[in-house]
Amino acid sequence: MIGKSKMIAAIAFLLGLHFVMLFAGFFAPCDPSTQNRDFPYAPPTRLHFLDARRHLHFRPFVYQWAASTDDSHQYEESRQREYPVRLFVRGDEYKVAGILPSHIHLFGVEPPASIFLAGTDSYGRDQFSRILYGGQISLAAGVLATAISLCLGSILGCLSGFYGKWIDASAMRLAELFFVLPWLYLLLAVRSFLPLHISATEAFFLLVAVIGTVGWARPARLIRGIVLSAKTRKYVIASRGFGASDYYILRRHIFPHLYGILLTQAAILVPQYVVAEVALSFLGLGVGEPTPSWGNLLANLQQYNVLVSYWWMFAPAVVLVVASLGYLNVANAFQDRLQSGSI
Amino acid sequence: MIHALLLLIGASVLCFLFSDLAPGSFFDEMKLNPQISSSTVAALRAEYGIDQPLPLRYARWIRSVVKGEWGYSFAYNAPVRNLLLLRARNTLLLTVLATALAWSLALPLGIWIASHPSRCADRLTMGGTSLLLSVPELVLVLGLLYLAIVTHALPVGGMVSVRFDQLGPWAQVRDFAMHLIVPVFTLVLASLSVLVRHVRASMVEVLRASFIRAARGHGIGRTRLLLRYALPAAANPLISLFGLSVAGLLSGSLMVEIVTGWPGLGPLLLEASLSRDVHVVVGVVLASTVFMISGSLLADVMLFVADPRVRVE
Repeated sequence: MIGKSKMIAAIAFLLGLHFVMLFAGFFAPCDPSTQNRDFPYAPPTRLHFLDARRHLHFRPFVYQWAASTDDSHQYEESRQREYPVRLFVRGDEYKVAGILPSHIHLFGVEPPASIFLAGTDSYGRDQFSRILYGGQISLAAGVLATAISLCLGSILGCLSGFYGKWIDASAMRLAELFFVLPWLYLLLAVRSFLPLHISATEAFFLLVAVIGTVGWARPARLIRGIVLSAKTRKYVIASRGFGASDYYILRRHIFPHLYGILLTQAAILVPQYVVAEVALSFLGLGVGEPTPSWGNLLANLQQYNVLVSYWWMFAPAVVLVVASLGYLNVANAFQDRLQSGSI
Repeated sequence: MIHALLLLIGASVLCFLFSDLAPGSFFDEMKLNPQISSSTVAALRAEYGIDQPLPLRYARWIRSVVKGEWGYSFAYNAPVRNLLLLRARNTLLLTVLATALAWSLALPLGIWIASHPSRCADRLTMGGTSLLLSVPELVLVLGLLYLAIVTHALPVGGMVSVRFDQLGPWAQVRDFAMHLIVPVFTLVLASLSVLVRHVRASMVEVLRASFIRAARGHGIGRTRLLLRYALPAAANPLISLFGLSVAGLLSGSLMVEIVTGWPGLGPLLLEASLSRDVHVVVGVVLASTVFMISGSLLADVMLFVADPRVRVE
């Protein structure tokens, strides 16, 4: 049994992660599409506390990267000037949650210096900012696709569990079909039959729709089982005796039984779907450049020289693993509670 | 068996239904080419039967399946069968090896952890398996590839080296094995955590049972107790898990094959997807479905052998 405080910590961590991604504009120091052509593949900026005269600074500072004289793809810190890292600085304009325009960023340094916490990519775009903005896309895709799966799953599960007979038989046969098809193959096949060259927004919604639709079978089967057992409760039979309609019974007496399983399934499905989005975008079938997503950030690693020489290009993978770990902890906690019957 | 056949037919119908949603076809790019007249494209479309309605196209495909051709690939200009057999063999090799290795690692590990209950070990396993569980295959394979390249210990990409034909027979085997390591190891790592968790959980449950305590009271040795008394009792859920693990490995192998350049079903599917080679896509999906179904059939057979109760029914 996972303790309550642990569960709350896991949920808080996850919410924090989503909060940071949601307000990526504020937490990211740059716009994700700002290119710094002078700094392709610059390594992560180092934060310093000790300056050249060995004085301790309590406010960390950075040095500007300068291209090394002998090799164009090597950088050195130019130690002439220190740029202290400041909080709440003015920078690129962005929109808070897509509506309110704002200039304020959580941290940043004075120009001409720049702070690249996770290095830059081939166009000199700040990876850290791109990871945050990419998280918006990837996590939103995961959450929305999960919502679609669970909606489809609960509708079909409720119908087949509640009405039984031919509805049940046909829905469960269909579910069985989706079970035997290995789902990543199916996903790729379905995606392949849909248009290839489309805008990033269209691709995003297409991806969400495809991932969400392909994954409905498992939640539907679980929900059906719960509806089957809930249907035989005495209060359900009693309310039917009082003349309650099917819709009323489903909504008032049966649906509340599903909260636990829906929550648990959501915590299990979201990371799976995020990984599915990452996989498809990695293959170039998902959200495309210049819009960042974790998948197309990782796609840089398909190039041999990037994989070998620029270790910071693995940063999106680390964030992806951390996010999955967060979801996994929450899912474990929910599952424990579900088994002991306290959701 | 009939059930499996029906499932396969259902899967193929589903694939064709999805393919009907597609606005483009394989010959669309030819239309853009000014040197190819539209009548040529129309003739090609008619020859391959793309211009016909869905039921007719499906019937045509079924006919070619019965003939043993499994449809016709536009891109390769050849029946799908040979293409599919070769690629399916490679995927099968990868999946079977990974399954075997993963189970032969997970069983002893899970049993050992279950038989040495201690808080520290439990936490370590839970932590380790959680971490492994949340690393997707894609990240895992990229990481391993990085390690392989940086250390120069292993060759990467494809199934064999370029100069494979010039090697002696032993060197050929060795070369092949070296190429197998990265993909197989990725798949094993990716599936290991789930397996270890389940083996441990079902063993722990059985070890609590009173017949184990009785057996221990009779002075039966530790190894015999674990392997002859506890393991058969814990085997049932594990055998069901075996069927599921095949599914997981198969889905995982898709990305692994593509990233490591292993010429299996994954790259074929990707290639066919990008060029809208419908019959190849359908063929690959069906081949992977066959693997899935045979995995669960194998699990059923094993359950039949292992559990006397199933046999009586």
